[in-house]
Amino acid sequence: MNTSTTGTETASTPRRFGRMLITLSDVAGFVGQFFKEVFQPPYEFKEIIRQCYEVGVRSLPLISLTGFITGIVFTNQSRPSLAEFGATSWLPSLIAIALVRALAPLVTALIAAGRVGSNIGAELGSMRVTEQIDAMEVSATNPFKFLVVTRVLATTLMLPTLMVYTVFVGLLGAFVNVTQNEATSFLTFITDVFEAISFLDIFASLIKTFVFGFTIGMVGCYKGYNSSKGTEGVGKAANSAVVTTMFLVFIEELLALQIVNAIRGT
Amino acid sequence: MNNEVVISIRDLRIAFGDYKVLQGVDLDLYKGENLVVLGRSGTGKSVLIKILVGLLKADSGTITAFGQQVEELSRKELDALRLKIGFSFQNSALYDSMTVRENLEFPLVRNARNLSRKEIDQAVEEALDNVGLSQTINQMPSELSGGQRKRIGIARTLILKPEVMLYDEPTAGLDPITCIDINNLINEVKERYKTSSIVITHDLTCAKAVGDRVAMLFDGQFQRVGTFEEVFDTDDERVQQFYNYNFVEERRMS
Repeated sequence: MNTSTTGTETASTPRRFGRMLITLSDVAGFVGQFFKEVFQPPYEFKEIIRQCYEVGVRSLPLISLTGFITGIVFTNQSRPSLAEFGATSWLPSLIAIALVRALAPLVTALIAAGRVGSNIGAELGSMRVTEQIDAMEVSATNPFKFLVVTRVLATTLMLPTLMVYTVFVGLLGAFVNVTQNEATSFLTFITDVFEAISFLDIFASLIKTFVFGFTIGMVGCYKGYNSSKGTEGVGKAANSAVVTTMFLVFIEELLALQIVNAIRGT
Repeated sequence: MNNEVVISIRDLRIAFGDYKVLQGVDLDLYKGENLVVLGRSGTGKSVLIKILVGLLKADSGTITAFGQQVEELSRKELDALRLKIGFSFQNSALYDSMTVRENLEFPLVRNARNLSRKEIDQAVEEALDNVGLSQTINQMPSELSGGQRKRIGIARTLILKPEVMLYDEPTAGLDPITCIDINNLINEVKERYKTSSIVITHDLTCAKAVGDRVAMLFDGQFQRVGTFEEVFDTDDERVQQFYNYNFVEERRMS
């Protein structure tokens, strides 16, 4: 019994490895096609703007709520530790650093992965199984350019914008909490915030969310564009887009942390 | 119909894994004719026309369309060829997120970028008029019936004024009255747009109503090609079974 199980596992491991290599080469081809198509005319400006609206403006309510609550909760949770050392006046600086360096990029990316990534995966998956992508192809329209390039550009451009917005809403939430507990004016709060964050913090976070945005768009499009097996495939594409994106976002966050630390020399 | 061949298929073969779908298909489509491809589900009828427009790649064989060998065309050349070939999908494949107007405009604005707004509007209205659905112009595909969706799908392909029409199961899933409407529309399109067509179906009523010639696909090859009467004037058991089920069994059941 044991021997047979081991035998099966041994036999399936090379097959699994082979499948993984095929998937990796597929993904590389998909990313390569994006970079090939993105610079070639015709440019679908109208569709890019529509997608930017879908990704950016339509995410605002959710981002506002989560960003604001993140600001309040983080401030509230940090206060007792700082109060022990009589350092509650450091709250604005602490919150600013946490928000800009990690919380805002991560919160924005995770919200976008859940809302936008799944949406793209499901939409393109459904278009694939109902032959809408084939219909574009036979009417001499490049579906990759119209569907994939526009969506990836939209997520890549809008994620940094949403991240900046999350920082401001988060700071607003933090300020609301701070003013309820400490005698701090808005001017003092803002001054502390801007003194705490450096150009490197902002620049690194913008670059990071740029990469997060690219990942969200690319994974959602890849999963949806290559989905199969009818409606079951659509569900799987949406689900897999979210799970894969979240996993990749955390890996990228870890890598970004190492790079920024190396630049800072810490 | 004349003797000018628009599309010529020679020794076309395709397999999906171990399953051999087309095993050496030969066929000619003549200018101005409606050619009906008949066969049971899974015999590769739809696969055949998808290979014709480059949606699938054959394992071997040649397709010559308008004097060009399809499998040797570059992306740009294939797109140019696709403008001459309209493809009506089995499930219409209308773009869900667009209105009927936007569905019809989509191929037009992408392939004739110098058209004015007025010319685009005129083309959309004309195409909708020709399928008798002008009133649906601002509706979403989800608001249309199955028959209407088929018609809009056909209108969307006609807007580019193709020379060849490929219909994939045009009457599948429709009630008998709507089937007759769609059959009439296919014949009207042929007359009005002077198209040559390949109609994929397993519906003999449709085949009889629209087909100038009928080709029966069995075991990955065309076993019988000719007029409707010629094709079914045979003792071949498979052909007889197909005929009896469509015309005798279905009527008995209904």
